[in-house]
Amino acid sequence: MTQNIVEIDNLSFGYKGRMLHQGINMVFPRGKVVAIMGGSGSGKTTLLRLIGGQIKPTKGEVRVDNQVVHTQTREGIYQLRRKMGMLFQHGALFTDLSVYENVAFPMREHTDFPESMIHDLVLMKLHAVGLRGAHQLMATELSGGMARRVALARAIALDPDIVIYDEPFAGLDPISMGVICDLIRTLNDALGTTSIIVSHDVKETFSIADYIYFVANGTVAAEGTPDDLIKSTLPFVHQFVHGEKDGPVPFHYAAGDYKQDLLGYEV
Amino acid sequence: MERTTIDLWVGIFVALGVAALLGLAMKVGNLTTASIGETYTVSANFENIGGLKPRAPVKSAGVVVGRVADITFDPATFEAVVSLSVDKRYSFPKDTFANIYTAGLLGEQYIGLEAGGDEAALKNGDKISQTQDAVILEKMISQFLFSKASEETKDSAPSKASGSSESTKIDDDALGANPLDAL
Amino acid sequence: MIKRSRLRPLRTLGHGFIKRIWRLGAGARLFWLTLISSGESFRRFHLTIREVYFTGVMSLIIIVVSAFFVGMVLALQGYNTLQRYGSSEAIGVLVALALVRELGPVVTALLFAGRAGTAITAEIGLMKATEQLSAMEMMAVSPISRVIAPRFWAGVIAMPVLNVLFCMVGILGGYLVAVPLIGVDAGAFWSQMQANVDWRLDILNGVIKSVVFGIACTIIALFEGYDAPPTAEGVSRATTRTVVTSSLVVLGLDFVLTSFMISL
Repeated sequence: MTQNIVEIDNLSFGYKGRMLHQGINMVFPRGKVVAIMGGSGSGKTTLLRLIGGQIKPTKGEVRVDNQVVHTQTREGIYQLRRKMGMLFQHGALFTDLSVYENVAFPMREHTDFPESMIHDLVLMKLHAVGLRGAHQLMATELSGGMARRVALARAIALDPDIVIYDEPFAGLDPISMGVICDLIRTLNDALGTTSIIVSHDVKETFSIADYIYFVANGTVAAEGTPDDLIKSTLPFVHQFVHGEKDGPVPFHYAAGDYKQDLLGYEV
Repeated sequence: MERTTIDLWVGIFVALGVAALLGLAMKVGNLTTASIGETYTVSANFENIGGLKPRAPVKSAGVVVGRVADITFDPATFEAVVSLSVDKRYSFPKDTFANIYTAGLLGEQYIGLEAGGDEAALKNGDKISQTQDAVILEKMISQFLFSKASEETKDSAPSKASGSSESTKIDDDALGANPLDAL
Repeated sequence: MIKRSRLRPLRTLGHGFIKRIWRLGAGARLFWLTLISSGESFRRFHLTIREVYFTGVMSLIIIVVSAFFVGMVLALQGYNTLQRYGSSEAIGVLVALALVRELGPVVTALLFAGRAGTAITAEIGLMKATEQLSAMEMMAVSPISRVIAPRFWAGVIAMPVLNVLFCMVGILGGYLVAVPLIGVDAGAFWSQMQANVDWRLDILNGVIKSVVFGIACTIIALFEGYDAPPTAEGVSRATTRTVVTSSLVVLGLDFVLTSFMISL
């Protein structure tokens, strides 16, 4: 058993000739909360999809539990995914099922637990996120924050080794945000899982992460503990952490000459 | 919704479907009449079968006793060979007479069996030798016209003077009574 | 520049053509994947039963009401023409044959595409747009065997059932118009029908047609949903395409199947 549960090794990925990632190296040690930060469109979510084996890297590899993800068969990838729980950006609860059935879903699909055992487990998971009382509600009746907590309960339903959070704080009110923040940390420590957080919310992420990777222009621009990064003098990190409008991340999308674009218009 | 409620509704749905299919089969289709149990096959040759089709009924005294199984052409005799599946419950004498009839003036054609007086009964694979062809309407009409015309010429042969004019007149009458008008 | 704009219609045409061929291939692939991952939907048959409820039972009312009116109209129109030739008893045959052979399977399929097909497309499209399908994938559950296959089999089961119900109710509607309203003899109505409707050649062939239409309509609806861009506009366009494609495919298949069945 190695110390790192997920390792990303010299990873490159791109669509149709446009490279999104170039030579990314990351390690995710067991039992830690590791965050991947970066601006919108920097390919953070794509990294998660690479870890989950939903897409294949152009070059390099991702290893989960010492197994290379993209060389696995479909069955092998499914085996690896059973070690992962994922919290989607908007929860992605099954809208035709109740809260209870949503949390029970992974158990019903992957185990032969008797109904009484599923009942107890579901209520335990819901209790952990504070929504035991809401088990009979439909998924559509929940607020955004509650939906995300139910989705978290579903993600940890089968006690995964890794929990992946895709933008867990996006679009939440400050109270829900604080609740989620707290849950990620306590669940991580209580269950001994590894948490991978993709986010661009600086304050919340810095408060719970053990280690942070900054992704920019397809490479790891900076990495370190939150304390290191706050003190960092790297221009990009400085711009990101302090939310400045212009800097190494340009305000303008790459474009041709402005004058040429305006005057050179031809039918 | 509760799973049991859904199961119930789907059960009702499928039961309705099966009932409707049975209804179609029994009430609408000819499954009841077509399901003649055991049959034996006899064949009959016809010079002309008109519009007879496979699966047409075989009737005796107006009761369906079988169906036309197959129709083939015999290139040696230039006749149509019709094989009939007849219900095992009914046996017919060897000299049974097979006719092709039409139900109504323009209805479907069927085979009528008229029992003869022979002691021996028809067996599987036997051949009915006495047959009568289908009545072809056009043929009948033209025969009718010809016979009318020839009758008139014979009658009017002695009086040559008026003969020709009268014959044409009657001919016209015959044409006027063209049975096709009735259609 | 000018040259390029002149070529544009041609390019759009070629582009559209290639896109359609591509969609045909992708649809066929989905059909194949659905077939080979159908084990789950039979092992856990309640998943399929649930979908039969949503596609079949929920379509019952529209099917029954439409069938009733179609049957009544057939009887009225048929009587109008048949009585000129003095064969108004043949009205039973006319109604039954028209329903069992053609109108039953085709109208049921068209209504099914409008009622159940659109619902399937919208549901799958929204599940995709809200990442429910991705979530399933990440939970190591194949959306094809968990979501697509049960809906597919439900459609294949529901369509023939709806078809025979449509035929039966349509004939009842025809009976109500012909016998009590117009005054055709009830005995003649049924006996003529029985003499001329063949169990295998007419009824069974009609059911076979509806099974084929069931496969076509359901897989089209599923494919459109599965392929829909994950936006509100994408889902709404996919829903429209489901109705258009299903209708055209049903009518085309009907011609092909009919010509096969008549030549047999």
